Amino acid sequence: MKNKWGKYGILLAVAFLLILTAGCSVPVLDPKGPVGESQKNLIVFSIIMMSLIVIVVMVALTYMLVKFRERPNRSDEDYDPEHEGNTKLEIIWTVIPLIIVTALSIPTVITIYQLEDPPQSSSDKEPLVVHATSADWKWFFSYPEQKIETVNYLHIPTDRAVEFKLSSADSMASLWIPALGGQKYNMAGMETTLYLQADEAGTYEGRNSNFTGTGFAEQTFDVHAEPAEEFQNWVEETKQSAPELTQDQYDELLAPGLLQEMEFSSTHLEYVDHGSMDGSDYLIQRHGTEAFEDIPALEGGEDVAND
Amino acid sequence: MDFLLNEFLVTGDPLIYGAMVSIVLVSIAIVFVLTYFRKWGYLWREWLTTVDHKKIGIMYIIAAIAMLFRGGVDAMLMRAQLTLPNTEFLNSQHYNEIFTTHGTIMIIFMAMPFLIGLMNFVVPLQIGARDVAFPFLNAVSFWSFAFGAMLFNLSFVIGGSPDAGWTNYAPLAGPNLNPGPNINYYLLGLQISGIGTLATGINFMVTILKMRAPGMKLMRMPIFTWSSLITSFIITFAFPILTVALALMTIDRIFGSQFFTLTGEGMPMMWANLFWLWGHPEVYIVILPAFGIFSEVISTFARKQLFGYKAMVWSMLIIAGLSFLVWVHHFFTMGAGAGVNSVFSVTTMLISVPTGVKIFNWLGTMYKGKIRFDTPMLWSIGFIPCFVLGGVTGVMLAMAAADYQYHNTYFLVAHFHNVLIAGTVFGCFAGLTFWYPKMFGHKMNEKLGKISFWFFVIGFNVCFLPMYFLGFMGMPRRTYSIEPEWMPLNVISTIGAVLMAVGFLVFVYNIYYSFRYSEREKTGDTWDGRALEWATTTPVPFYNFATVPEITGPEAFWKMKQEGGTTYDKENLEPIHMPSDSGVPFIMSAFMFVAGFGLVWEWMFMAIAGLIGILACMVVRSFDYDHGFHVSVEEIKETEEKAREGEK
Repeated sequence: MKNKWGKYGILLAVAFLLILTAGCSVPVLDPKGPVGESQKNLIVFSIIMMSLIVIVVMVALTYMLVKFRERPNRSDEDYDPEHEGNTKLEIIWTVIPLIIVTALSIPTVITIYQLEDPPQSSSDKEPLVVHATSADWKWFFSYPEQKIETVNYLHIPTDRAVEFKLSSADSMASLWIPALGGQKYNMAGMETTLYLQADEAGTYEGRNSNFTGTGFAEQTFDVHAEPAEEFQNWVEETKQSAPELTQDQYDELLAPGLLQEMEFSSTHLEYVDHGSMDGSDYLIQRHGTEAFEDIPALEGGEDVAND
Repeated sequence: MDFLLNEFLVTGDPLIYGAMVSIVLVSIAIVFVLTYFRKWGYLWREWLTTVDHKKIGIMYIIAAIAMLFRGGVDAMLMRAQLTLPNTEFLNSQHYNEIFTTHGTIMIIFMAMPFLIGLMNFVVPLQIGARDVAFPFLNAVSFWSFAFGAMLFNLSFVIGGSPDAGWTNYAPLAGPNLNPGPNINYYLLGLQISGIGTLATGINFMVTILKMRAPGMKLMRMPIFTWSSLITSFIITFAFPILTVALALMTIDRIFGSQFFTLTGEGMPMMWANLFWLWGHPEVYIVILPAFGIFSEVISTFARKQLFGYKAMVWSMLIIAGLSFLVWVHHFFTMGAGAGVNSVFSVTTMLISVPTGVKIFNWLGTMYKGKIRFDTPMLWSIGFIPCFVLGGVTGVMLAMAAADYQYHNTYFLVAHFHNVLIAGTVFGCFAGLTFWYPKMFGHKMNEKLGKISFWFFVIGFNVCFLPMYFLGFMGMPRRTYSIEPEWMPLNVISTIGAVLMAVGFLVFVYNIYYSFRYSEREKTGDTWDGRALEWATTTPVPFYNFATVPEITGPEAFWKMKQEGGTTYDKENLEPIHMPSDSGVPFIMSAFMFVAGFGLVWEWMFMAIAGLIGILACMVVRSFDYDHGFHVSVEEIKETEEKAREGEK
């Protein structure tokens, strides 16, 4: 009997959590672009299917425990110690899960393939290419077509796909903007591609979600999604007012540590391609192992700049 | 002196000073107690040199509970930090070290040893054997695990703990980005204990295949033995991968090779592949024996045969096979392409099918049963809903396209705790309380057992359910600071963790309480059991079975009870051949520790001295012509008569 109470407790806890989270932002379940939207649909579909399974098991378990528990006055009629199985039932509970797995596999595979290409909804426009390079513990966003580069923040136009070219100068990071969609790894010596798109203007949180050491928690950035004209204005303004990024300065910025938001009117792509095997030891050549031996107390960083 | 204070010892943190002081005090206390009660000889003769599988099993379990405590303290420190994020209770570096040791210790030095300990104690008894196939090797396994664990645990006071996560991904853990001894502790601690685990895999494979009682065909074996056999195969196939991966990274770090480095065209991603090629089967190494335990317990306390025995065996075999085909799901986000991700999504989801069959077969076992709610059964019943929740969220994670949103978040953290705690930890507790009377001659107290169960299981759900929501809210794992909006759920989570801690402490107190006050067992069959381990007397004589019964069907002891039969056939007693104890495994593993410590600090003189010591022990063993001894019929008679007094 006590066990039943345990289960009510769990249900109560879930209800309580739902109420508690009602007022908070839940970016994964409230996406602002088509990529996150298709992932959300998949997630909601799977939650419904999985809830069915959980309910079936809970009900069956409760039934067994109540009906077949040892209790005084229970007749021995429905006690059968030699009962050893039931092939028909076993086939049923092999086939039904197989059907469920198939039902989940089909939309999964379709979505996996879809996400390899830019979203359909903006197929009339060329995606905006942004090279997102992580280094311990900051983000460089280079716009090769616009010839500008930003550190720890990002402007993107709405209703147009963004083609992220991901790589890393050192440890493996993962670019994740929950409100826009799922993540992908940044790795040194190789380049991965991630398509995201914002349909709503706004400022979204982005971060590195893959553990990279001391400054990992602070390796975040803001994404400013804005209509195409505003984006274009920002590009022009940055081009005119921001300084150029020299190789010396870039090398300096690569040293492990935190940085504030910055912008430049040229990109680091002319100096090194971290996404190629040749570029994979660029940072180590310059900062060596010593820079990682004693990590100084971390100061600055994106959070600080925003305060 | 400068080296000692700045590099060798970890200085500057009051928590660690506290730990150092307590380590020193506890060590002094142990030495004092052993000397005062003159127990050094007893310790050496009865425990350190033993090759008896039962004693080795008990030592495994004691070590695992100690490690559960250590890993649990790590968990509580993390919860404290995430509840008070602005007080800098832990700084980033310290937090990173703690989640790394928490993960590594819980998987490698808690879950696996706990289950291997239960396997050690139970499997030979279940198959009617007098020891494992290679008793000496079994002792080597245990001591290399123990010294590997000691080496790993030393890191937090000497040199600093590993801090790259339990997955130890390159290049973060490589020589370029993480110089210093920290990561070496991880590599060598795991390497030394991994050797022991691999040996255990081989040992139990041979034991179960070659040493079963006459008549015990494979399909007549108790289900826990089946799970151990399958686990042994997984260990034997998976652990060499870990051994090689660890060795390659050790060479990278100590001798400057470039397998996984950023320089010299190393391939850091290769580490992730090798790690999970071992790491995913590892998950099943710690879950299948637990499945075996639940099967035994549920069938015993429902007082029924296991429902669908054949399906249970086949589903474990299928799970074992699939476990080697899913490793990529740990890094769907690496960008391997749609084809690869699709294949691994489907194989991963397929695992849920045999697992689902098992769940329903456990329910089927309860059907038409007469269910008793003793503590081992409570853990097994609690396992089902909690594990199903972990299982279905596992299926959700398997859907690669959705996984891009779950990966590296608290959704994932919640999922794997949901399967590993509900599966493995509940399984260990169920198994320990179930076989406890066989091990120690008395039950664990029921009332305390139930209290600890309810604290633990409620705390567990309160702790981990909120984490699914935290994942949806965008909270990444391994972060030591949190956003204000994640705060309320983190506080709830911490409350759950505290309840679990209380449950654990009550469990440990129960061990002491039961030792003092529990009624001693009079017969060997505490729970009206079904498999052969209950046919022995309690306490089990060191040779296990005076005579080995002929097995005529599954559930050997259940049949014996109905048809008559004994493990003490007075007419047919013969002298029993038993292996001799040996101090070599202990000494050899101690040398492994020395060699490992030398390598950690790159002190080659020490490493070489240790290696020479290991080789010397091997030579000693090779020229050891002691083939054991025979227990005389008179001694068997005397032992059995004394042990069976209570039955009359």
